Amino acid sequence: MSGVRVLVGTRKGAFVLTADGKRDKWDVSGPHFAGWEVYHVAGSPADPSRLYASQSTGWFGQLIQRSDDGGKSWEQMGNAFEYEGVPGTHQWYDGTPHPWEFARVWHLEPSLSDPDTVFAGVEDAALFRSTDGGREWSELSGLRTHSSAPSWQPGAGGMCLHTIVLDPSDPNRMFIAISAAGVFRTDDAGQTWRPVNRGLLSQGIPDPDSEVGHCVHRLAMHPSKPEVLFMQKHWDVMRTDDAGESWHEISGNLPTDFGFVIDVHPHEPETIYVVPIESDSEHYPPEGKLRVYRSRTGGNEWEPLTNGLPQANCYVNVLRDAMAVDTLDSSGVYVGTTGGQVYASPDAGDSWSPIVRDLPAVLSVEVQTLP
Amino acid sequence: MIRVALPAHLRTIAKVDGEVTLDVKGEVTQRAVLDALEETYPMLCGTVRDRTTHRRRAFVRFFACEQDLSHDEPDAPLPEPVTAGSEPFLIVGAMAGG
Repeated sequence: MSGVRVLVGTRKGAFVLTADGKRDKWDVSGPHFAGWEVYHVAGSPADPSRLYASQSTGWFGQLIQRSDDGGKSWEQMGNAFEYEGVPGTHQWYDGTPHPWEFARVWHLEPSLSDPDTVFAGVEDAALFRSTDGGREWSELSGLRTHSSAPSWQPGAGGMCLHTIVLDPSDPNRMFIAISAAGVFRTDDAGQTWRPVNRGLLSQGIPDPDSEVGHCVHRLAMHPSKPEVLFMQKHWDVMRTDDAGESWHEISGNLPTDFGFVIDVHPHEPETIYVVPIESDSEHYPPEGKLRVYRSRTGGNEWEPLTNGLPQANCYVNVLRDAMAVDTLDSSGVYVGTTGGQVYASPDAGDSWSPIVRDLPAVLSVEVQTLP
Repeated sequence: MIRVALPAHLRTIAKVDGEVTLDVKGEVTQRAVLDALEETYPMLCGTVRDRTTHRRRAFVRFFACEQDLSHDEPDAPLPEPVTAGSEPFLIVGAMAGG
């Protein structure tokens, strides 16, 4: 029988949650890498047994772990993330130049076709790639050396490259997002990049419709419509129908359009999910009610999904990498919170229940649909 | 042999219990000890000092014989009891909560 494996990164380790296709009884393993921050755990689409994990602390730096058996055992890989050439400077919070310094890997994106190829989005913002299963890493430096890079500035969480979206129809095209620089696209497999932020409007930067400088929180794409991307920005939920050439707002009737996560239903390209958060300074759901909002119309018209989610006194956050969808016929949706809960819905968001309630703060959630 | 005490997280990474002992060639300095440590336990590369610059990571401290050696020159000789193996060289995660 088919099943799912949910990969959870937290402030104090990683957890692997598994269930059969009913998704009502869960096996919990972990903490893996206990006491370390695990920003992300990701599985290879080409080989579900192959997992990669980003393990770090402020004390001892960055490690990369790999599993070849679905998370039962792990092997330490390479951790030499070295910027190519002289890295130069970006803007610091106060607008002064600040040297590029590697801090951590935020996001790992395995190749769609090769288990040994994986991309890493890092802070300070840059994109790295390994083609040997994580042992050696080399920078795709065309991004960081873009002419706009000296003007990039950190978001509140640091100047991180947190989102990598691979185009399943074109191996040369990918999108990345940086807080707070915006979205960049390559059409030549990462050699050259250009910002694709037209239509974004952000207060708090000198030119609200600037080519770069936007605090994009997350991108999502449905594989059948790779020219359509959805975005949760610092404020505003956005959509592009032309691979980022132009964006328009789809916040519609959301109670607030601030938030971090966004994802797309695996079988319905116009069904999308967000978790509205009160504001940029109040990182919790409005009215203390944790509500996932679903649009079945590609945006603008949103319905709150509340069945099984806490509807009183709930002041957790859902961070940008902490939502995922499985691809079972009745699609599952997963949300992890800074309160340590991972909620699962086996019916596309209609009803929810917690898989676990008391993990460390959840940084990321991914799900693998297993044969 | 030089005794080195690692913090718990790095003992886990190195897959060791308790102190490690290192055969350090030549003069016993911070640099020589860390070179020997990383040669014996390559999985620790980058966790104590920067891989390229060899600068001590900001939240890592070096103690020995009840002294803070964190800001000593990397090529300065370590105290005689460390050299003699009667006292360990302590690699410590800075006290910063978490």
